[in-house]
Amino acid sequence: MYTEKVMDHFSNPRNVGEIANANGVGEVGNASCGDIMKIYLKVEGDVIQDVKFKTFGCGAAIATSSMVTELAIGKTIDEALVLTNQAVAEALDGLPPAKMHCSNLAADALHEAIKDYREKHPA
Amino acid sequence: MNKIYLDNNATTAVKEEVLDAMLPYFREQFGNPSSVHWAGRMVSSAIEKAREQVAELLNCSPAEVIFLSCGSEGDNYAIKGTAEALKHKGNHIITTAVEHPAVLETCEALEKDGFEVTYLGVDRDGMLDLKELEAAITPQTILISVMWANNETGNIFPISEIGAIAKKHRVRFHTDAVQAAGKIPVDVRAANVDMAVISGHKIGAPKGVGAMYLKRGTKINRFMHGGHQERNRRAGTHNVAGIVGLGVACELALRDLDSNYAYVRQLRDKLEQGILETIPEVKLNGHPDADLRLPNTLNVSFNYIEGESLLLFFDMKGIAASSGSACTSGSLEPSHVMGAMGVDIVLAHSSTRFSLGPDNTEEEIDYVLNELPPIVQRLREMSPLYNREEPTPLSCDECRMVHRA
Repeated sequence: MYTEKVMDHFSNPRNVGEIANANGVGEVGNASCGDIMKIYLKVEGDVIQDVKFKTFGCGAAIATSSMVTELAIGKTIDEALVLTNQAVAEALDGLPPAKMHCSNLAADALHEAIKDYREKHPA
Repeated sequence: MNKIYLDNNATTAVKEEVLDAMLPYFREQFGNPSSVHWAGRMVSSAIEKAREQVAELLNCSPAEVIFLSCGSEGDNYAIKGTAEALKHKGNHIITTAVEHPAVLETCEALEKDGFEVTYLGVDRDGMLDLKELEAAITPQTILISVMWANNETGNIFPISEIGAIAKKHRVRFHTDAVQAAGKIPVDVRAANVDMAVISGHKIGAPKGVGAMYLKRGTKINRFMHGGHQERNRRAGTHNVAGIVGLGVACELALRDLDSNYAYVRQLRDKLEQGILETIPEVKLNGHPDADLRLPNTLNVSFNYIEGESLLLFFDMKGIAASSGSACTSGSLEPSHVMGAMGVDIVLAHSSTRFSLGPDNTEEEIDYVLNELPPIVQRLREMSPLYNREEPTPLSCDECRMVHRA
């Protein structure tokens, strides 16, 4: 049901955890759907130096969270804002159709974290 | 890799004795039991033997056994067939909120045809209030349908008491006995049941065969139209090998009922105690009195963890179990059984069912108890709900919209 890449990111998720002195934090999802994703950012200059995540959810939710951290690290925040949930799913060689709704919110969580950063650090 | 199968409420392997008994009916004895010639004759006696074996397990007359394709067919037949046969008497059906979808969705379909259905709730332990059941009976009530045991929690319902209430009020009583048969005594006569359904693949027979007990004199409309098989009660050429397999599986189930109960129960109790003792924040779903649950079933919620991710990690260790999370139920909402029991939404997504069988060993349970705690801890460390200070976001308008559409 899941691609090899999904299973790889699910069984060995990258960048799990919290960043103690994160300067942007975003959370999306809810318990009703069974998926909650929280993203922690360390932004320096305009560049995302570090990303970590914590996720409550199914295999797809954990794999997309892991993938979005890999895609975001090293990008400027403007570049990261262009990342879509669809792009995250494609980077994992796709997700089962049933998983495209609730479980594919990792880019949204990243955008929320960037929004939080911008609110705390107005230009 | 170890392969530990703890999902016997989903399906079971065909037993060796069952397969051996079935094999001649694919090639040597291939006849149609409805035929008059030699090929048919040699097969029809096998069907009748299987009918006797099923009847023994259920304690009914062989003439009261109808062979079907599966449990869902039996539930559909019993409920729709009764609704049609008795619609001149009334239009009210009583069932429970925790039935298998084969019962729930059949009742929902009948509601669209003008029938009224009462879905009885359950308490936090997943049990029914029999006073509420009796109070729900009206002069319009034509059927009570309550499962013998619940597939998710293993809760055993008081079928004899419900049978007595149904008899007192002269209401027909159907029970989905798919999970109970073979695990606990299922005596349809003693329990005053009018219709009971069992499924082959839950008790070591193959998929694609089931049976219904239909009490003598119970009027029911045909569900499958066609030939005159099963005394005009179920059309369609007999699944001879499957029926032979079901018969042998029933005979073995009856023969080994007590020893299997004791053996499986001791393994289940060990698993249950081991999990509850070694892993913090685990909730037992189902009745706390283990005597009121099937001996093989354990349903627990590992707080802060979503069920599908847990199952995938179990799977990597060779452990097969199942979950009531939305992701594994194929819908956007977690198990309706957990919902009916008022289980917290996160815990419902975390609910995990281990259903054992007589083939499991103590070594397997030891292995599972050894592997579980680090998997649970790893997923908890990954969860934003673990050690959380702020409240958990609960609702999702978007999901509700999707669900309604």
